[in-house]
Amino acid sequence: MKFIDEYRDPKRALALLEEIRRKAVHEWTIMEICGGQTHSIMRNGIDQLLPPNVHLVHGPGCPVCVTPLETIERALVIASRPGVILTSFGDMLRVPGSSKDLFMARSEGADVRIVFSPLEALQIARDNPDREVVFLAVGFETTAPANAMAVRQAAREGIANFSELVSQVMVPPAMRAILSSPDNRVQGFLAAGHVCAIMGWEEYEPVAEEFGIPVVPAGFEPVDLLAGILKVVEMLESGTAGVENAYGRIVSREGNPEARRVMNEVFEVADRPWRGIGVIPQSGLVLREHYSAFDAEKRFDVGHISPCESPLCRSGEVLQGHLKPSECPAFGRECTPMTPLGATMVSSEGACAAYYKYHRNTTV
Amino acid sequence: MQLSCPAPILRHETVQMAHGAGGRLSQELTQRVFMPHLQNAFLDQLDDQAKFDTVPGRMAFSTDTYVVSPLFFPGGNIGELAVNGTVNDLAVGGAVPMYLSAGFVLEEGLPLAELEEIVRSMAESARKAGVMIVAGDTKVVQKGQCDKIFINTSGVGFVREGVDVSCRNLKPDDAVIVSGTIGDHGMAVMTTREGLSFQSRISSDTAALNGMIHAVLDVVPGVHAMRDPTRGGVAATLNELASSSSVGIELQESSIPVREEVRGAAELLGIDPLTVANEGKLLLIVPEAEAGRVLEVMHAHEYGREAALIGKVVDDHHGMVVMRTPFGSRRIVEMPLGEQLPRIC
Amino acid sequence: MCLAIPGKLIEINDENGLKMGTVDISGTLTKACLEYVPDIAVGQYTIVHAGFALKVIDEAEAAESLKLWDELIRSGAFDTGHDLPPATI
Repeated sequence: MKFIDEYRDPKRALALLEEIRRKAVHEWTIMEICGGQTHSIMRNGIDQLLPPNVHLVHGPGCPVCVTPLETIERALVIASRPGVILTSFGDMLRVPGSSKDLFMARSEGADVRIVFSPLEALQIARDNPDREVVFLAVGFETTAPANAMAVRQAAREGIANFSELVSQVMVPPAMRAILSSPDNRVQGFLAAGHVCAIMGWEEYEPVAEEFGIPVVPAGFEPVDLLAGILKVVEMLESGTAGVENAYGRIVSREGNPEARRVMNEVFEVADRPWRGIGVIPQSGLVLREHYSAFDAEKRFDVGHISPCESPLCRSGEVLQGHLKPSECPAFGRECTPMTPLGATMVSSEGACAAYYKYHRNTTV
Repeated sequence: MQLSCPAPILRHETVQMAHGAGGRLSQELTQRVFMPHLQNAFLDQLDDQAKFDTVPGRMAFSTDTYVVSPLFFPGGNIGELAVNGTVNDLAVGGAVPMYLSAGFVLEEGLPLAELEEIVRSMAESARKAGVMIVAGDTKVVQKGQCDKIFINTSGVGFVREGVDVSCRNLKPDDAVIVSGTIGDHGMAVMTTREGLSFQSRISSDTAALNGMIHAVLDVVPGVHAMRDPTRGGVAATLNELASSSSVGIELQESSIPVREEVRGAAELLGIDPLTVANEGKLLLIVPEAEAGRVLEVMHAHEYGREAALIGKVVDDHHGMVVMRTPFGSRRIVEMPLGEQLPRIC
Repeated sequence: MCLAIPGKLIEINDENGLKMGTVDISGTLTKACLEYVPDIAVGQYTIVHAGFALKVIDEAEAAESLKLWDELIRSGAFDTGHDLPPATI
């Protein structure tokens, strides 16, 4: 596969690894923000291959993991209303609410459908004019333009039976929250390559400057990740703060201006709770007033929701890089993918699930 | 004005409740749809059971129920799956499959032309596999009570003498062999499923494996274990084997055969081909010294041309399957959780 | 977050007033919205996320960085103590 196989080439990966071993003199802790990168690191065992003085900690970049329990509960209530078709990316179906997940809602008779794109949800709305079609619009900046386009198109075509339950979050405020924490141990970041495909890296420059750290947009394949890690290590060793790009074939400084324009037309920035972390100011996106007719939260009055999290779950600390999943007392005991206590164990790219999946046994 | 009783309609285009009620319409369904394709000396008796001769030794008996959406997919349909699946379940136990039964649950409104196409495929698959469908049953349920058609097949076969294959037989250093590319069936079905905007050239691999299995057993009767990695894919099957035999299995990522288009679809959907269903693939666990001969036989067979050695049994991490990556690192190959969901993150 | 897979654009069309296209990912064809890559041409590679093409892949840049890494290999700047694992088991 072109543009994949080149970046899985063992020779290139091992050369980059050797270069990292050569360059990394001091002890460093680097965070990859993105859950997709965590997944790839675990799947390819990159953490096992790095020299012992280069530590990776895993960030909060999994939209499924940080979607607040309240949103899941809201989706469950809306899905159970007569006449509703709830559509969602496959990732969200297993995320537990307080008492059940969307799969269970489906088994109780709710019409819950998996879509690959928000435009498929819109098509379901076109095809079922007598039904209310709700799309559970989760995502980071990568997905925001897609979710925005579905709403804009619904408005254009006057598809009144379509709405979105929006849980959109953004990376830079989360980075600031992590770096500002008194327990912070992150010294450099791999920025999420596909977020940067949209947003570019302009907005990371002030963060890198303010906290004096290297930020390196990187891709997802082993060679891409290692090239990114190498760049962060080089910057750390030379004491350089700032942004340097390690994903040049996809990421440019300004990102994708057209996608950003539509995103800004449809969404505006707002405070947002992150599951396991709490409210991060100005870290979310909500539909602008002009598009509020397509806001499922406004369309469906579901009353007061008071969700209840497991007291054993420490996913908030995991998401901020304070705790490795395997350091959580509940990991692999009370909490497994079959009996998840928090979303980091549910999502295929949640750090706890990735640890469980690939490295739960110390002999491996 | 003259009143007249309307004559009952006897030639239907779709399945009616009455087709399952045991009356004239049931008879019509049997005569028009089933018998022309499935006819054989056993079914011609029209008795409530098939009677057949046995041979001395052990018999194998297996059953499986088939539900798939869509019913027709590139490379096959539910009828082929239903025959090949039970044939394979018998054959991987070292049995020579002989007789099958077929039970149908039909949803009211199913086009008879589709039913006939499914039955025709079943007859064709049975002929290819060298088995006979000797007993059958049909029920019709109201619209919405099943998804178009469910098929159960059960089968019996005679176990070959001197063959002892079992999921408990794995020994350290055994070779793990797969008969060809993995994930073809599941991906073919997933990429044709309604609603998802994909098109692919991927074809299901549905096939009866008894021919190849017995060709292998002719040469190497001492095969330790055989399984067809259907639901849950190679990952689920190898985990079951490792756990039943209390051994570890180590795989080499670079040696696992995956078709390019299956890889493409798997990347796009965020699904690991190791967890995707196969319907015409075989996993064999054989003593290390026999691996070469087994591969030779398989390579000569139409369903084993791409057979490959993908790993070995180890006396370590018991009950677990571990993948060695091309980078030299290792990861656990987990038992898949359940339904494979396309994901975006 | 954000699986985005590279593929080649093989067709451009219009659907409900949106610029859409078909992207070939190793033989699997997927529909993608092209509104965010207005200048893309058939034959170019893009990455697809949630049914949207996010960016046209900069092939020249890709070739450049591959060359850089391959020079790293050839230069032998690193010792080869950590070689590839044996190909057979």
